[in-house]
Amino acid sequence: MFENIGEIILLFWRTVMALPLAWRQRQKVLEQFFEIGNASLLMVCVLSFFIGAVIVLQTGPVMVEHSLTSAVGGIAGIAMAKELAPVMMAILIAGRIGSAFAAEIGSMRVYQEIDALRTMNINPIHYLVLPRLIAIAVALPMLVVFAILVGWFGGAVVAEANNHIGIPFQTFFHDLRDIVVTKDVANGVFKSFCFGVVIGVVSCHQGLVTIGGPRGIGRSVTKAVVNSIVLIVIFDYILTRMLLK
Amino acid sequence: MNGQPDHQNTGVGLQVRGLKKSFGDNEVLKGIDFEVQPGEIFVIMGPSGSGKSVLLKHLIGLEAPDDGEILINGESVHSEEIAAKYRMAMVFQSGALLNSLTVGENVGLYLAEHQLKDPEEIDKIVSEKLDDVGLKDAVGKMPSELSGGMKKRAAIARALVIEPQLILYDEPTSELDPLSSVVVGEEILKLKERIHVTSLVVSHDRDLAFGIADRIAVIDEGQILTIGTPDEVKNCREERVQKFLHAYLKKTDSK
Repeated sequence: MFENIGEIILLFWRTVMALPLAWRQRQKVLEQFFEIGNASLLMVCVLSFFIGAVIVLQTGPVMVEHSLTSAVGGIAGIAMAKELAPVMMAILIAGRIGSAFAAEIGSMRVYQEIDALRTMNINPIHYLVLPRLIAIAVALPMLVVFAILVGWFGGAVVAEANNHIGIPFQTFFHDLRDIVVTKDVANGVFKSFCFGVVIGVVSCHQGLVTIGGPRGIGRSVTKAVVNSIVLIVIFDYILTRMLLK
Repeated sequence: MNGQPDHQNTGVGLQVRGLKKSFGDNEVLKGIDFEVQPGEIFVIMGPSGSGKSVLLKHLIGLEAPDDGEILINGESVHSEEIAAKYRMAMVFQSGALLNSLTVGENVGLYLAEHQLKDPEEIDKIVSEKLDDVGLKDAVGKMPSELSGGMKKRAAIARALVIEPQLILYDEPTSELDPLSSVVVGEEILKLKERIHVTSLVVSHDRDLAFGIADRIAVIDEGQILTIGTPDEVKNCREERVQKFLHAYLKKTDSK
């Protein structure tokens, strides 16, 4: 991965330079946007509900035991908004959408479709990378906002239903609102935007450098997902450090 | 391979001088020299692995040579202006149709992406070009629904939309039955008559080469062995040329 970091940065720069052409590609952006949302919404819903639920299940009984009942909502709220929703959704999207980007572009490369585009003077970055990158950079933050809300809901359900916690639904959200501020959600959304860009660029790059037949496509898909996840974790630390100031 | 096409319909001249290319230690092209005249059908023949497809990729600018130059009407194929100045198209061995688009969308892709015509006009042109290659009914089909021959003809239709001055064909009859091969060969000849396009065909199909070529070059191990008219090539005394041209399967007596 690290030997290709220069190429990945160059691809990102070329895609940014192509942003003025985004309006031309609006149809493809919408198609990709629909694809990402449609493919992921249910999974995002299930995943974030249970993440929110398990945070409250793990922390709730301990907090209640130590007479910190009012902090349960806040801890679940902060954890979901600032860390778990952005990172977990990014990992989910890297697996579902990053792999699809690498496979689609990789097979186009292997079967000479990208060469065909070049002979028609159609820039593959404008035609393939730009719409995907815009779509994922917009869709992932939206999915994360949705995931945060569902995660909070999951936490609230467990807080009320579990006998060892027993915090009413309204109290949970009241406590949550006391601690979580808009900036916390904005931090999570900003992080997810950055993760979306990372997944988009890494996966499209991996597709564009695919060589060999179906085996090469398989290798590219694996590399796209693994490299995206490694970079998400690294970027998560860097962004968290930056946003702490 | 261009931006805004002008409307001159004459083929372009192509010059290849001292072209060399290696991949690692493997020297694929060892100094290729030839010229193609405007409007000519020039066929490059040779056995598999002789460097034909690599040569073709250099001609369309998909590969950069280690040494030598490729000129179109005297200008380097790698210059910035060449794409805007001359219209070139390539018909790939596999057709290289975009599998996520319909045949019609594939054929109209160049016009749509460069926004050269409005959608109604594009539909009309696509319909005309597909009709030219006998595929009018395939406009809404996906490439996966087409046979090998139909894919090749759809790829030719996609190339025609560019109104090219130079068309490169990579093994246009490979994987085709004899009848489909004849249809593709006839298409290449028709284009020469109709739009005076310069055609460069890379093939190991001897029937196609001798049926359509104005001149033929035989290439082997990255070197050109001979260049001439079909008759001149048939009468060439070079041993490797004769071996390639007269290679037939001999049925052995198993008794």
